[in-house]
Amino acid sequence: MIKSVMVMNTQGKPRLAKFYDFQPVEKQQELIRSVFGVLCGRADNVSNFVEADSIFGPGTRLVYKHFATLYFVFIFDSSENELAMLDLIQVFVETLDKCFKNVCELDIVYNYSKLHTILDEIIFGGQVLETSSIEVIKAVEEISKLESASNAIALVSKSVSGWRSR
Amino acid sequence: MAGTSIMETLFQRDLDDLIKGIRQQQIKESLFISKAIEEIRREIKSTDLPTKSAALRKLSYLSSLHGADMSFAAFHAVEVMSSPQFFYKKIGYHAVTQSFNDDTPVILLITNQLRKDLNSSNQFEVSLALECLSRIGNVDLARDLTPEVFTLLSSNAVRVCFKRLVENLESSEPVILSAVVGVFCELCLKDPRSYLPLAPEFYKILVDSKNNWLLIKVLKIFAKLATLEPRLAKRVVEPICEFMRRTEAKSLLFECIRTVLSSLSEYESAVKLAVVKVREFLVDDDPNLKYLGLQALSIIAPKHLWAVLENKDFVIKSLSDGDYNIKLESLRLLMSMVSESNVAEISRVLINYALKSDPEFCNQILGSILSTCCRNLYEVIVDFDWYASLLGEMVRIPHCQKGEEIEHQIIDIAMRVKDVRPALVHVCRNLLIDPALLGNPFLHRILSAAAWVSGEYVEFSRNPFELMEALLQPRTNLLLPSIRAVYVQSVFKVLIFCAHSYLLHKENISSVNTDNLASEVPESVFARMSCENSDLATSEAPASSEQHDSFNPRNINQSFGDLSIENGGDATVSNSQASTSASLGRNSFTHESIVNLFNIVELALGPLSRSHDVEIQERARNVLGFTDLIEQEILNPVVQGEENLARAETEASRVVKLMCDAFSEELGPVSTSAQDRVPVPDGLLLKENLADLETICGDIQLPLSSSFSLSSTPLGEAVDISRTNLQSKDETEPSHESTSLLAEHRKRHGLYYLASEKSEGASNDYPPANDPMSQDKLNDDAEDLLKLTEQSLAPKKKPNQAKPRPVVLKLDGDEISVAAKKPELKDDLLSGVVQDVLLGNDGVPSSSRSNRSENLSGKSKGKEKLSTDLSLETKENVPGEKMPDHVNTSSRRSKHRSHGKERRQKGQGKDGEEKEDNGQKEKRKSNHHRGKHKAHQRADEPLNVVAQTPVIPDFLL
Repeated sequence: MIKSVMVMNTQGKPRLAKFYDFQPVEKQQELIRSVFGVLCGRADNVSNFVEADSIFGPGTRLVYKHFATLYFVFIFDSSENELAMLDLIQVFVETLDKCFKNVCELDIVYNYSKLHTILDEIIFGGQVLETSSIEVIKAVEEISKLESASNAIALVSKSVSGWRSR
Repeated sequence: MAGTSIMETLFQRDLDDLIKGIRQQQIKESLFISKAIEEIRREIKSTDLPTKSAALRKLSYLSSLHGADMSFAAFHAVEVMSSPQFFYKKIGYHAVTQSFNDDTPVILLITNQLRKDLNSSNQFEVSLALECLSRIGNVDLARDLTPEVFTLLSSNAVRVCFKRLVENLESSEPVILSAVVGVFCELCLKDPRSYLPLAPEFYKILVDSKNNWLLIKVLKIFAKLATLEPRLAKRVVEPICEFMRRTEAKSLLFECIRTVLSSLSEYESAVKLAVVKVREFLVDDDPNLKYLGLQALSIIAPKHLWAVLENKDFVIKSLSDGDYNIKLESLRLLMSMVSESNVAEISRVLINYALKSDPEFCNQILGSILSTCCRNLYEVIVDFDWYASLLGEMVRIPHCQKGEEIEHQIIDIAMRVKDVRPALVHVCRNLLIDPALLGNPFLHRILSAAAWVSGEYVEFSRNPFELMEALLQPRTNLLLPSIRAVYVQSVFKVLIFCAHSYLLHKENISSVNTDNLASEVPESVFARMSCENSDLATSEAPASSEQHDSFNPRNINQSFGDLSIENGGDATVSNSQASTSASLGRNSFTHESIVNLFNIVELALGPLSRSHDVEIQERARNVLGFTDLIEQEILNPVVQGEENLARAETEASRVVKLMCDAFSEELGPVSTSAQDRVPVPDGLLLKENLADLETICGDIQLPLSSSFSLSSTPLGEAVDISRTNLQSKDETEPSHESTSLLAEHRKRHGLYYLASEKSEGASNDYPPANDPMSQDKLNDDAEDLLKLTEQSLAPKKKPNQAKPRPVVLKLDGDEISVAAKKPELKDDLLSGVVQDVLLGNDGVPSSSRSNRSENLSGKSKGKEKLSTDLSLETKENVPGEKMPDHVNTSSRRSKHRSHGKERRQKGQGKDGEEKEDNGQKEKRKSNHHRGKHKAHQRADEPLNVVAQTPVIPDFLL
């Protein structure tokens, strides 16, 4: 299964961190830091795999991809294929690109919730659920529609109730 | 109240504001965050849901990316999650999923909410709940919510659990199918045996599916199952080869390669094909494929080394790749190629390469050489003299940080391999006399080992005086106290050795003049006396003396040999030692040299006897006490009369001899399980609680406790020291009797307040340890490296070994690894249930299956046919036919295993095989049983499903 998904920029600031095994927050921060420590030392033309045994324990593997100012990192165990994970990162980034129209780091910084929604459509509890970005976008759009509908109702009802109770 | 809530809503910072604030960083980030959290703590208590949820959302963000603690908001998260509006519900679920774990106290509060949402008509709410359950689920939640999940499984929305899961394997919906296969892939990792019965379904997917994701997962499952069931391997090997030939997708290709190399390595043709494909990976420009290719090679290396050897030039070239991972992988592969015939050459090449590479990789190289060479008790090493010099060479590599490992190996081979000792002592001497090495703290532990070896095996030293000077050089004050203590102890041993040799030498001269026996008899008498006096040391001497005598190759002095026979066992040790030293020839232990030696020792250890470290102090005092005791008699023979001389000489020699006996006893390696084999004497209670003892003893203090602080010293050393302590107590105490304990104590404590007179930071004018080699060579092209290794890897036979491999002492406690780990059959709850479903109640699912297939259209017809075929096949299977098959596989397997164990002790190997045989027999029996009385067995099977090894029907794949 997939253990964790991280997005961080080239300065080591995390932009998204999702752990499919529970980790206490301090541990999460520590893991993010050590992953960045490994990644920042790597040149561009080298392989996308990193031996992560020392960070995440034996049997875990780490695949990352470097786009502009961001690192996309997937951590997984022996039941996933390395090259398939590399493809999955591609799917994830392509989906982001379609959702945000030429995605850049700022999009990812400001759309924290949407990022999670997209990721949750692709990976479910550590298992790969959907690998077609079209399907993912369809579902994400439906969810945001639902969200904004319920949010609008809430706003109205709340302000009404607010006025009333005054 | 409502007013404030509106104010809060209007002026509350939402997540975007928070992110903007953090990015602006007008104040320090941590300060900003702690302020924001304060704000959140206030807002989250609001009764207004939007305010509360916005606060919760901010908190989740801060927790996830900035490591803020959000455990205080657990209850609020539950509140937000139970909102009927999807927007808030999602925020709540996000927070719960992210932060809850088994220790969260309110986790049981969400059970009902989860149940409600799992039953929701809105599929997105269902998926929120499911995702949450999958991430934080614990036993309680799982028990309470299983019915809901089961309901979902039967619907078309979402799916998870066994019977239904199995049905879903036939689903036509690709998403569902891949989800189910994903689940089984995870399950197979945990307990593959339980899923063997599903092999036909997986096989069907393997040949039918066109989806690469799905195929990868199925291959992963087969990689597990095929190792358990050889017949299955036979079936899948062809389709997998077909994939390898056809597929364009590298991910699928790699998975096929991995499956073949890891699980189907008995199939020559498949392995060959896979290796061809691996080669394609290796020569690819993509570093990812290169890396994976190397990984694939390291999977196959233990079983088919030829695959690695075939690609060896590529492997060696990768050693200088820019990518650290690729370098590391190729280093591992290179080490897997190491054998008796090429270990020297490969090590030479690697050491040269280590000199040129960066510190981290350099130590990787050293580490892998060390671990490869010591594997299975130095299996690959034939020439230990060479290995000793290799260790010495490693120490001199500039970046070497493997002190601990080298220390361990030096001591280990010194104790295990008797023949290596002279060479090792020589190597250690070279390390000890180099003052530059003392400046590098990474090497101190190695020096400690070197000091120990030089002291323990001082009889092989070519020049003990030089050794003594090296051990006492001023720069040793750079060492840690614990290591310095080892140095002092070695000084003691060397001193004793020198004094003893000197005395024997003199005796030898005198005995030439006078009657041979006359001078020798009193000695043996004394030796016997000492045997009675000191119980510990000498009582064991006879036993060890024979051993000592027999292995000592330098025992060439025949005249002494003859004498030793006359004198009996007691004197043998000293004689054999004396002969060694005598044979050294050029070390004339003259009177001046001994006097000089004593002076050096007293000069250097004097300050140490007031050291602040107990261990050093104690040992230094032991040495000084000893010198006090014998100095007078040894050093001033001229003053005394002729008769006195003889008496004094014997007096001194008695002491020296006693100590020498103590030290010359062989220190063997001790098996870790040795302690267990010592029976506990009757009436000795080891587990008694001694807490009451303290009250009984009250304030009585044990005065000598400090001298026994040996717990920190390394094994082997400890034995040695304790003996010395006992000994020296016997011998040196009389000399100290004059000084009362109190005076001693005062003297010791007074010292704590005195400035140490020795200049602490001894001159640093020595060249730095390991002057970095000329840096310009660093960019040397890898070509000559390649060439060098090329030569060395050529599987040439060494021109017949000059000498046979020396004996390496083994203990039965030593574990020799490689033993293939037998997958243990886990009869835990889960697999029990799974077996129950998949095997035990065979009738139930199959009947339901056939019911289903009747209802469904022709699609499942094939399936039904398959299952009937299956039962037919099992019925047809005559046990007699089946047995040879099993026997074959079992014998093949056990042969394989025993081959790997060749070097292990016989007993162990036999035991393992026997066990396996038993296992096979059992299995065979049960197979037989099943084949004959299938119907009968089905009836009583549910009783013992869990306990029994699952019986695998012959799959007609």
